[in-house]
Amino acid sequence: MARVLLFGPLRDLAGWREREIEAASLAALRGFLVDEDADLGAALAGPGVQVAVDQAVVRGDVGLSAGSEVAFLPPMSGG
Amino acid sequence: MIRLAEQPFDPGALLSEFTRGRAETGAVATFTGIARAERGATTVLELEAYPGFTEAEIGKIADQARERFGLHDLAILHRVGKIGPGEPIVFVATAAGHRRAAFEACDFLMDYLKSKAPFWKKEHGPDGDRWIEPTAQDHADRERWS
Repeated sequence: MARVLLFGPLRDLAGWREREIEAASLAALRGFLVDEDADLGAALAGPGVQVAVDQAVVRGDVGLSAGSEVAFLPPMSGG
Repeated sequence: MIRLAEQPFDPGALLSEFTRGRAETGAVATFTGIARAERGATTVLELEAYPGFTEAEIGKIADQARERFGLHDLAILHRVGKIGPGEPIVFVATAAGHRRAAFEACDFLMDYLKSKAPFWKKEHGPDGDRWIEPTAQDHADRERWS
């Protein structure tokens, strides 16, 4: 199970901030989320949204293991 | 020291602590940012961070500042959560041999923190809530250092 975290406007859109989801890869996780909530799925693939796996920003698809932490980071606003 | 704080903090106490016990530092510069009321348009500011990631990303810029300005030390404390008008939101202190480096490093760090640091900011006001993006001015300020 991956621990999935949403931040900023993505959290409001989804209506949740943290969930455990079974997925072997980032692509599989995106697929699961699109099937469940098309608006959220589109927003997660939107411009400027970065993904961090275990707190490191990744590009493209990566494998996930049990206990992976996946964070979807919308454009950062600064403090 | 790079830290996120859920509770209000006292900039004076942080400055006293930061300044103590320095014999070779000739200059300490600080900046304190305060949440504005925007004439009643903002009742509460809400700042979200990604604990661990946010401090690590700020740490990378802090390392750049140390090297670029030859800092002896620095401190950054940033509030997260709900912040009322008039409450300090960010504190930056820089220590260097001479004043120019301390001033410039403080300015450099604030331009990063205001435009690129991993925070998500929401204003709660009488007309509802809205997420805030950095302004064109924030980006222009950041560009001065590239």
